Amino acid sequence: MLAEKEIFKRLNEVFRDVFDDDDIEVTASTVADDIEDWDSMMHITLIGAVEDEFSMRFKMGEVSTMKNVGEMVRIISERAK
Amino acid sequence: MKELQYPFDCSYILKKKRSIKKALLSDGSTRIKKKIAVLGGSTTGDIVSVLELFLLNNGIEPQFYESEYNAYWQDAMFGNEELDSFSPDLVIVHTSNRNITETLSMKMSKQEVDEALNRQYSHFEVMWEKLAEKFACPIIQNNFELPLYRLLGNRDAYDFHGMTNFISRLNQKFYDYAAGHNAFYINDINYLSASYGLERWSAPLYWYMYKYALCTDAIPYLSFSLCNIIKSVYGKNKKAFALDLDNTLWGGIVGDDGVENLQLGEETPVAQGYREFQLYIKKHKELGILLTVCSKNEEENAIAGLNHPDGWLSPDDFVNIKANWEPKDRNIFAIASELNILPESIVFVDDNPAERAIVSAQLPGVAVPEIETVESYIRTIDRSGFFEVTSFSEDDLSRNDMYIANAKRAKQQASFENYTDYLLSLEMSAQICDFDPVYIQRITQLTNKSNQFNLTTKRYTQAQMQEVFESGSYVRLFGKLTDKFGDNGVVSVVIGEQREKELHIDLWLMSCRVLKREMEYAMLDRLVEECVGRGIEKIVGYYYPTAKNKMVKNLFGDFGFDKISEDENGNAVWVLSTNGYARKCDVIKY
Repeated sequence: MLAEKEIFKRLNEVFRDVFDDDDIEVTASTVADDIEDWDSMMHITLIGAVEDEFSMRFKMGEVSTMKNVGEMVRIISERAK
Repeated sequence: MKELQYPFDCSYILKKKRSIKKALLSDGSTRIKKKIAVLGGSTTGDIVSVLELFLLNNGIEPQFYESEYNAYWQDAMFGNEELDSFSPDLVIVHTSNRNITETLSMKMSKQEVDEALNRQYSHFEVMWEKLAEKFACPIIQNNFELPLYRLLGNRDAYDFHGMTNFISRLNQKFYDYAAGHNAFYINDINYLSASYGLERWSAPLYWYMYKYALCTDAIPYLSFSLCNIIKSVYGKNKKAFALDLDNTLWGGIVGDDGVENLQLGEETPVAQGYREFQLYIKKHKELGILLTVCSKNEEENAIAGLNHPDGWLSPDDFVNIKANWEPKDRNIFAIASELNILPESIVFVDDNPAERAIVSAQLPGVAVPEIETVESYIRTIDRSGFFEVTSFSEDDLSRNDMYIANAKRAKQQASFENYTDYLLSLEMSAQICDFDPVYIQRITQLTNKSNQFNLTTKRYTQAQMQEVFESGSYVRLFGKLTDKFGDNGVVSVVIGEQREKELHIDLWLMSCRVLKREMEYAMLDRLVEECVGRGIEKIVGYYYPTAKNKMVKNLFGDFGFDKISEDENGNAVWVLSTNGYARKCDVIKY
């Protein structure tokens, strides 16, 4: 199981790549409203990029029910390789 | 940009699409602008944003209209203000088997299934007709991928109750329409999904979650395919191969190993690979793609290798052979200038990564596919879509022969001291007349790919050309040139719009393969004749400079026009009075 700190570090890079913004710092409480361009289209791109980064897949229900980045990290830590 | 060249990394493109776009937009290249309407039967978001990247990478700056989710049919049939005022240059209809509305049942008779098929087909056909009538622009339509499941198992393919059978028949009806209509193109997602893997392509999760009709990771392949069609429609296809020899067209080094020891033929697996690759390359001749050699070799050895009895290619297949020890970028540059094409029209195929890197660095426009081992050469080149065929004319079949005839002309020229004597010795005759339906396809094709000898670089779609052809307010000429070495085909096009007693030249272009043959003067002679017949007193010519058309900057001046204005960008207006015009060309009979 990956350490939470490590997950946040890699996840932050993914966010920066996807939103093309090097100032992003995600925390457990980050939600879509906190990042200007995080709309439903970018959400799809983000999910795909996170899945590739951690070689894991979200389940269908999870994609729409994740409340914040903390929840995303929890799922990643359970499944990531 | 390397990242957008086949084989590309789909997840990288999707993840980095924003920064890739920024980099493309700031690379300083000039691009043509096109308005593209994407009418979707499912989500199109990333299909459009990735298509934008590929188009920018191919010299096209798109502006998009995207229909609301699954509103493709309503938009096409009933329009809406936004789409109508957008007035697209090209329409993409992105549908998939998720948009098939007819359902099949084992209880249905053959006739009932046929009726369902016709209903389903008509749903699309009326839409294409409506789009063509409204926008008169090229249409790209997806065919259908095979279904996700087969209720009848293998029987689904041949039993008329099977969805697999239904989709195959529906696709065939699309193809029949495409074959009968210009400016209508099929985006073959049936092939793309098979090549990608239908199970992964159609993974239903992406439909349930996002209403995407394909998995997101496959999107770059779909967008790339669309881009290949679009860049081909706008004349941005490649025109020639520059081929390395050793370990590219055969296994081994001909100078070291000798012809008899080369890997080429049916004897070993590697030999078979090279033999099949040679056949693949040779087949491009029929598409009008020029074959040339660019190899570090003694010429004698190169020719000996090309004469290998088990190879498909022979020295006669090449319009230009550069086998020497010069740097390859210089040889490619020389090939381009000798063939009167631009270096960026060339695809350089070489197994040696170092040679590829040098050519990429020195001649950034040249396409340099990253080929790896012989068993993957064909796939890498084929999937790259360099030569995507959206139109095909008789000229394409014989283009290589025409260039070989050109080489013979050059030899003959060397034996004349006086250039006019040489031109007379060619026994040239031209056919210069109003557009002929038989040649419209070739005229449009030539119009969209001529860059150098082109005064206005105005592009026309097939539909726009048809409009010009049917309108009474244009003077149109096309010119075919034949000489004792062969037929050059249609080589020049002039379109002028008559406004009372003036003719305004919208288009004047000529194929560079007949440069310095006085064909342009023959065209002018015929044009003035035509104008006099119509009572036109003044011909107004326009020159719009581009990065590529400097050679005709002063063409109107050479013709005897007077320059009446020129702005700071070099856009110039020229005028000629038809009164008292004296015929200028007397080396071509027409």
